[in-house]
Amino acid sequence: MSGIQRHRHGHAGAPPHRHPPQPDLEDAPYTDCMAMTDAVAGLLIKKKVFTAGELRRMVEIIDSKSPAAGGKLVARAWVDKAFKKRLLKNVNAAAAEFDIDAGPIPIRCVENTAKIHNVIVCTLCSCYPRLLIGLPPDWYKSRAYRSRTIREPRAVLREFGTEIADGVEVRVHDSTADLRYMVLPMRPKGSERLNEKALAKLVTRDSMIGVTRLEDR
Amino acid sequence: MTARFAVGDKVRVRRAYPPGHLRTPCFIRGKPGRVTQVIGAYANPEELAYGRKGLPKRSLYWVQFRQTDLWPDYAGGAGDTAVVDVYEHWLEPAAARTRK
Repeated sequence: MSGIQRHRHGHAGAPPHRHPPQPDLEDAPYTDCMAMTDAVAGLLIKKKVFTAGELRRMVEIIDSKSPAAGGKLVARAWVDKAFKKRLLKNVNAAAAEFDIDAGPIPIRCVENTAKIHNVIVCTLCSCYPRLLIGLPPDWYKSRAYRSRTIREPRAVLREFGTEIADGVEVRVHDSTADLRYMVLPMRPKGSERLNEKALAKLVTRDSMIGVTRLEDR
Repeated sequence: MTARFAVGDKVRVRRAYPPGHLRTPCFIRGKPGRVTQVIGAYANPEELAYGRKGLPKRSLYWVQFRQTDLWPDYAGGAGDTAVVDVYEHWLEPAAARTRK
């Protein structure tokens, strides 16, 4: 790899030149938290709490999760009132109906309506329904998002291109404790003819965090 | 275990600043709110964080706050709210302090 980067070359008529080498993973600073994570993981394996293979498998499972799983639940809730009721009561159980394992931590679903716009934040850390819809975007973990979403949610939403009318309640959910949250976005106008499968594809990650609404069609 | 508060109860978050691993954000301490859901009983994270068992379990609530109560200069709508998950030992009946 480095041989290619250091090789003097030309392309598309450009004179021969060098590209700066891409940093390797180890070139980023090794922080205290990274050292602690490595140490704790090593100890847990050494003490046989879990094996290295089980740890690898868990990382692989989390990396395999995607917002598409949430999209399936949202689309079903749009077309099936009874399912919607079950989803709003217990996301993990509703997901199990699709053979989706949403993990042991209870997830709650909050419904956006014409009068209430919900948005999710974790002000204390970065709690997120990872075992259902995958890892959170980097901005969700940023101090700026975590502090400003509770303090000035409308300004934050505006930066995401989401304008909430004055008469609509903006309701911020702070996942401080034992629950995780997802938003049930409003069904876009003009989607009446779409079937459940097509509806599921409309649902985005950000709409389930609540920083955006789904665009009418 | 029995939950001390019910849906609709007016509560106030304790204005306390003990050291340790706390799940009660500072911006709600001392603020009035309303219980909108009794979630259930959970091991106390303030104990779990130090390797203890977290017993007895604590009731956990959804407490809804008016944003204008949390931030005196709140710039959004008057109807805007925040819902925070709060453990029972952080809550007291609102009437206890509002009647002066």
